[in-house]
Amino acid sequence: MIPAAFDYTVAESAEHAIQLLGEYGDESKLLAGGHSLIPMMKYRLATPTQLIDVGRLDDLAYINRSNGHIAIGAMTKHAQLETSDVLAADCPMLQHVASLVGDPAVRHRGTLGGTLAHSDPASDLPAAVLALGGTIVAQGPNGQREIAASEFFTGYFESVLADDEMIVEVKIPAGTAGWNYQKFNRRAQDWAIVGVAVADGGKGISLVNMGSTPVRATAAEEALAGGASIADAAALAADGTEPPADLNADAEYRSHLARVLTQRALEAANG
Amino acid sequence: MDVSMTVNGTAQSHDVEPRTLLVHHIRDGLGLTGTNVGCDSSSCGACTVHLDGQSVKSCTVLAVQANGSDITTIEGLADTARSAGNATGDQDWHPMQEAFQQCHALQCGYCTPGMVMASVAFLEENPNPTEAEIREGLEGNLCRCTGYHNIIKAVQSVAGGDA
Repeated sequence: MIPAAFDYTVAESAEHAIQLLGEYGDESKLLAGGHSLIPMMKYRLATPTQLIDVGRLDDLAYINRSNGHIAIGAMTKHAQLETSDVLAADCPMLQHVASLVGDPAVRHRGTLGGTLAHSDPASDLPAAVLALGGTIVAQGPNGQREIAASEFFTGYFESVLADDEMIVEVKIPAGTAGWNYQKFNRRAQDWAIVGVAVADGGKGISLVNMGSTPVRATAAEEALAGGASIADAAALAADGTEPPADLNADAEYRSHLARVLTQRALEAANG
Repeated sequence: MDVSMTVNGTAQSHDVEPRTLLVHHIRDGLGLTGTNVGCDSSSCGACTVHLDGQSVKSCTVLAVQANGSDITTIEGLADTARSAGNATGDQDWHPMQEAFQQCHALQCGYCTPGMVMASVAFLEENPNPTEAEIREGLEGNLCRCTGYHNIIKAVQSVAGGDA
């Protein structure tokens, strides 16, 4: 399978990429690791006429401690998250979740900024960033703005990013309090049929592949905060969600998985 | 556009259409057909090569993205081992190739180039893996002859474990 023809430009900086996005308009796409975009282009589900390669912006590949949070450059690859000493010490959940994405070859190419911008509700890292209460720093022609992960995702492969904005950084609150990630799938290297991310002992619970975006299990979070048992809180995990149906699972089964996996994740996080 | 890369130690420069996938450039442009196309959707790993020392699935990398990079394919692996002074066996192979032969780690052979490249890159990152780590490290490479058992043995033998 070969993508439809396009022109290719290497961005020299984030500012240059944003300038090019402005010039080329909505037929252009930013190319980071390409492990979501290139398959979609090969299937002709995406046919951008202009690719702007930001994957070479090495100055956007970093993981730093900064005032109680961890600042991660958008072009940081999953493999870098997986092997980061900073994350091992200050946010082991993100490190663990990164190690479950795809397979090693995929993790050598895929980037944190790329997976967030792609906004696939079945992806692991967006849900982890959501459960952790992360913030996404987007840069546009008029400078930077910070977007809470809870405000970022708007629908299948859709986010609040404007056509001329790119993610430059992700901020994650530092924390090692009880966490767990449950990824349920049938085949190695596959997407989660359902996944559950629990951060901070259960203050943040988010669900993978349980709707058109990664979603917080709000009812379960609130029940837990109100003193409910783990079992009672987990029973509410699928409340308010609109899970998809596909070959792997129908909506009812996905709801069942969300409840079971939330219970397992909460028990492990508080074990 | 002009794409320059070092492939198996040799500088290569070609005019490449931006949509050309790295695997097609390697096979059709450079004539190195040891790298196979399997699923063509970054699942099976048959097209695994090393890009700047790391395993990548070359069906999901554009040749233009590899501009300026150092690529090693299965054809270059033995040369790399020879120049490093650790080639083994009658064929002067890379130790991983030798181990695949010794352990009968292939049947039809289609997955083998990718499997060998993924195994070599994996041991670079994790020189003393457990069996479970080897299995997880190779989860992106599928063998439809179900030869995993002997593939794991081959990797273990190179890693210094029990073959």
